Amino acid sequence: MNDIWAGIEAAFRLIITLDSDLVEITLRSLQVSLSALVIASLIALPFGTWLAIRRFRYRRLTIATLNALMGLPPVVVGLIVYLLLSRSGPFGVLGLLFTPTAMIIAQVIIITPLIASITHQAMRELWAEYHDLLISLNTSKSQRILTLIRDGRRTLLTAALAGFGRAIGEVGAIMIVGGNIDHATRVLTTAIALETGKGDFALALGLGFVLIALALLVNFAIHALSRTEREGRW
Amino acid sequence: MSVTLENVAVKRRGKAILGPVKMALSADGFTIVLGPNGAGKTTLLKVLHGVERLSSGRVTWSVPDEDAREAQAYVFQKPIMLRRSVRQNLAFPLQLLKTPKAEIDTRVTDWSRRIGLEEALDRPATRISGGEQQKLALARALIRDPQVLFLDEPCANLDGRSMREIEELLMASSASGTRIIMTTHDLGQARRLASDVVFLLNGQLCEQADASTFFAAPQSDEARAFLKGDIIE
Repeated sequence: MNDIWAGIEAAFRLIITLDSDLVEITLRSLQVSLSALVIASLIALPFGTWLAIRRFRYRRLTIATLNALMGLPPVVVGLIVYLLLSRSGPFGVLGLLFTPTAMIIAQVIIITPLIASITHQAMRELWAEYHDLLISLNTSKSQRILTLIRDGRRTLLTAALAGFGRAIGEVGAIMIVGGNIDHATRVLTTAIALETGKGDFALALGLGFVLIALALLVNFAIHALSRTEREGRW
Repeated sequence: MSVTLENVAVKRRGKAILGPVKMALSADGFTIVLGPNGAGKTTLLKVLHGVERLSSGRVTWSVPDEDAREAQAYVFQKPIMLRRSVRQNLAFPLQLLKTPKAEIDTRVTDWSRRIGLEEALDRPATRISGGEQQKLALARALIRDPQVLFLDEPCANLDGRSMREIEELLMASSASGTRIIMTTHDLGQARRLASDVVFLLNGQLCEQADASTFFAAPQSDEARAFLKGDIIE
């Protein structure tokens, strides 16, 4: 119990004094995970919607694969991205290993299947509802996708938030490809892992509370901005 | 535009749903498609609209297929409301055609007035009553000024007043030259609206005639029984 109290105390002290390391780490966490979220959403939202309305030969296989990829182990993703970006790897010349960009790449790979899969589930229902009307109105493929994305934006937001939650709390992959380098690639989760390893539970817990608060804050902010859950809106 | 059906058949999982049907529909008039449940009325409408896969046969409009589809609109039995406001529902078919915004506004205002929903323009379409939704679906179909309008039981589950309002809208647009093809269960409604009748039974075209002829002196025993109110299978 002492550790937890000490952790809360440490967290408050860090936040109230706006500890420069904490601010830096937090901002980097946000930068990496929000970038990954934006890129993954740009890929996954249209792709999941397309999957819901398009009938093709290997559709079921694609969906099953996508669902399986939702459980992709981050450590393995980290390892593969590491090998691809390392000096001797195919993309070694880009010099991306141990940079925030590498961390973003790894997180995009982890959360894209998750967002696409949730999108597909939600869009399938909406498509069943709209199908006859959109066919009757002689809509083009892109018009159908845009209509579904627009009218299903509330569920898409849920999908995106699930992706963000996974990205911001993820440690395995970014530890490997980022390297947890102070002032360069250290983020909240890797810092917590480090402090715990060092035995500094108070600081680790403090960072943990900041992480949880951050996740809540981003969720509230997005909900407030998009005005979901309000009477008469979608 | 007129249309001919040559030996059109629709089969699903080996079961014949419609046809083979051979018929022609003229370029104007108000056709009512009658028949018991499962006679293939909805399928016939979808075949004409070009959204049903044919197992055999051919549907030929007097204009190229692409133009024919552009000039048609379809109102479903259960109105499909976009999860948007009444205004956006009305504007949607025009937005798809990239109609200028000013013209969309004018037409939306005009049609909302015609269906008596000008007060409800900013309400979510999914929250208005069933009768209002059906009127909205009808206005959304008519807002593109289609040459041909298909309606699949537009007045099922509607009370007297909504039904009368919808019938008035239909008669007005028929008078202004829209070709209407509609299914109904309601014989009274069929008598009020039809200029000609297509009577289907078990997926087959049983009888096709002018409304006056059909209601006064049906040729087939089945149609006679149907008009008398007997249960036919």
